[in-house]
Amino acid sequence: MIDGFLALYLFMLAAFTGHEIISRVPVILHTPLMSGSNFVHGIVLVGAMIALGEATTWWQQLIGFVGVFLGAGNAAGGYVVTERMLEMFKSSKKPAAAGESK
Amino acid sequence: METAQIVSLLIQTSYFVAAVLLILGIKRMSSPVTARSGIQWAGVGVLIAVIATFFHSEVPGHVLIENAALIFIAIAASTAIAWIWGKKVAMTDMPQMVALYNGMGGGSAAAIGAAALLGAATQTHFEHHLTTTQTLLAVIGALIGSISMTGSIIAWAKLDGRMDKTFRFGGQKLVNGACFLAALLIGLYCVWHLETQWIVLFFALALLFGVLMTLPIGGADMPVVISLYNAFTGLAVAFEGYVQGNIALIIAGTVVGAAGTLLTRLMAKAMNRSIANVLFSNFGAGGGGSQDIKGSLKPIEADDAASLLYMADNVIIVPGYGMAVAQAQHKIWELSKNLIERGKSVKFAIHPVAGRMPGHMNVLLAEAGVPYDLIADMDDINPEFPNCDVAIVIGANDVVNPVAKTDKSSPIYGMPILDVANAKQIIVIKRGKGTGFAGIENALFYQDNCRMLYADGQAAANGLIAGLKAVDGGGGH
Repeated sequence: MIDGFLALYLFMLAAFTGHEIISRVPVILHTPLMSGSNFVHGIVLVGAMIALGEATTWWQQLIGFVGVFLGAGNAAGGYVVTERMLEMFKSSKKPAAAGESK
Repeated sequence: METAQIVSLLIQTSYFVAAVLLILGIKRMSSPVTARSGIQWAGVGVLIAVIATFFHSEVPGHVLIENAALIFIAIAASTAIAWIWGKKVAMTDMPQMVALYNGMGGGSAAAIGAAALLGAATQTHFEHHLTTTQTLLAVIGALIGSISMTGSIIAWAKLDGRMDKTFRFGGQKLVNGACFLAALLIGLYCVWHLETQWIVLFFALALLFGVLMTLPIGGADMPVVISLYNAFTGLAVAFEGYVQGNIALIIAGTVVGAAGTLLTRLMAKAMNRSIANVLFSNFGAGGGGSQDIKGSLKPIEADDAASLLYMADNVIIVPGYGMAVAQAQHKIWELSKNLIERGKSVKFAIHPVAGRMPGHMNVLLAEAGVPYDLIADMDDINPEFPNCDVAIVIGANDVVNPVAKTDKSSPIYGMPILDVANAKQIIVIKRGKGTGFAGIENALFYQDNCRMLYADGQAAANGLIAGLKAVDGGGGH
């Protein structure tokens, strides 16, 4: 169990961290970054796994199953989509360099 | 130390490492140079946490080994579907996929809340008695997560063209407000009176509110809304993390919540809209409706348009989402190369929200191989339009509509636009006469110096390339 005030400090520090690390992000990265942060909250899968693990009745299992299914989709889908977008950024550097050198 | 203690220590360590990797991952994703490694770092973080959780004392279960099997099946099935779908989907459809996956995360957080609340209500496991703070956060997290889930699904359906763009009825704001208030009050009631029927009602109302809230929002505002729901899901995950006493969830969720809120504000700013404006004003309804636009639409054939291009020195191409839908970016780049070969200056003008989200168009042009130095942002390119001989608008509509500057009654009034209207000659490539995403007429198309080239994006680009070659005999000089 996490003590109330400790949790409050945790929330505060994490919020500042989130704010700070993306405060100077260029516009071209808005979409991939949103997609990336979408993947990061896919960690919810871990919580859903624990909820299903604790289940003792059929309806708890059902809710847990839905939770794990959705959480896994968030994590897996979020990862693939972000990775594909960022891959594009890498390949775009070569033509850009060619454009400059001509 | 006993084995159980060692295992517990290892799991806590894994969660800590995962949290660090997730934060570093987001940090790396905020710079183009390190972006790609960022998602991989974050990916490793989640993977470590998931594997560690399989060893969590509760997961193999005191009674039910069955649960472990269910977890495995759910993860395998969902991962397979999401992975294949995510690999297959076209680049242009990315925004709605992000919405969909985000909705799933929100739903997952809501499910954690539901399991905790209903579990406490039916007292099936006494060892997990919830404190008042935990119950309160479980309710709030479930509320936010539920809204995020159904809201994101509506956003996905709208962007994917599965649903009418807007849906309105009389007294909608009143109904929405009442629904939210009811969900909130019943949720708060549940904090002190954990009764199954009220909890179920609370979830039904929260899910319903997500639908109601998103229905009246117009398509052009969807990116901001998706980003907002992304922040919502982050917060929901953080709150449910507190309920479970899982620090990794609290940290990752809060970081995303804060980063997502900032990102939402940046996006709204790029569109010159406040978040409240997006959520509560009926954007895209046709607003005042009474727009008097003088002039007529003047069609042009590809050959004639090619002659205009042939005589031009400065060409600016304004691509919009319609170009990407037609998959015409490769052809447009080919056309641009043909123009550059003939000694013309070609630039691409990108509106901050071109495509469906900020930066989406840059991704699409990069995919086609357009060099970075030919792509200009709105603020840099706007002063150049008066010197532009021919501006080609392809698949863009609302972001070039001068009404945004002139007509106060227009729903897009105040949105920054590309000043294509100032170009000497304008060619608009468009499939038909329909309006843009915001559903309003475009005054630009009726200007005297504007010609409409009605064709599919690829066909139009092919026609222009062929036309150019016909003018100078193909070889170029």
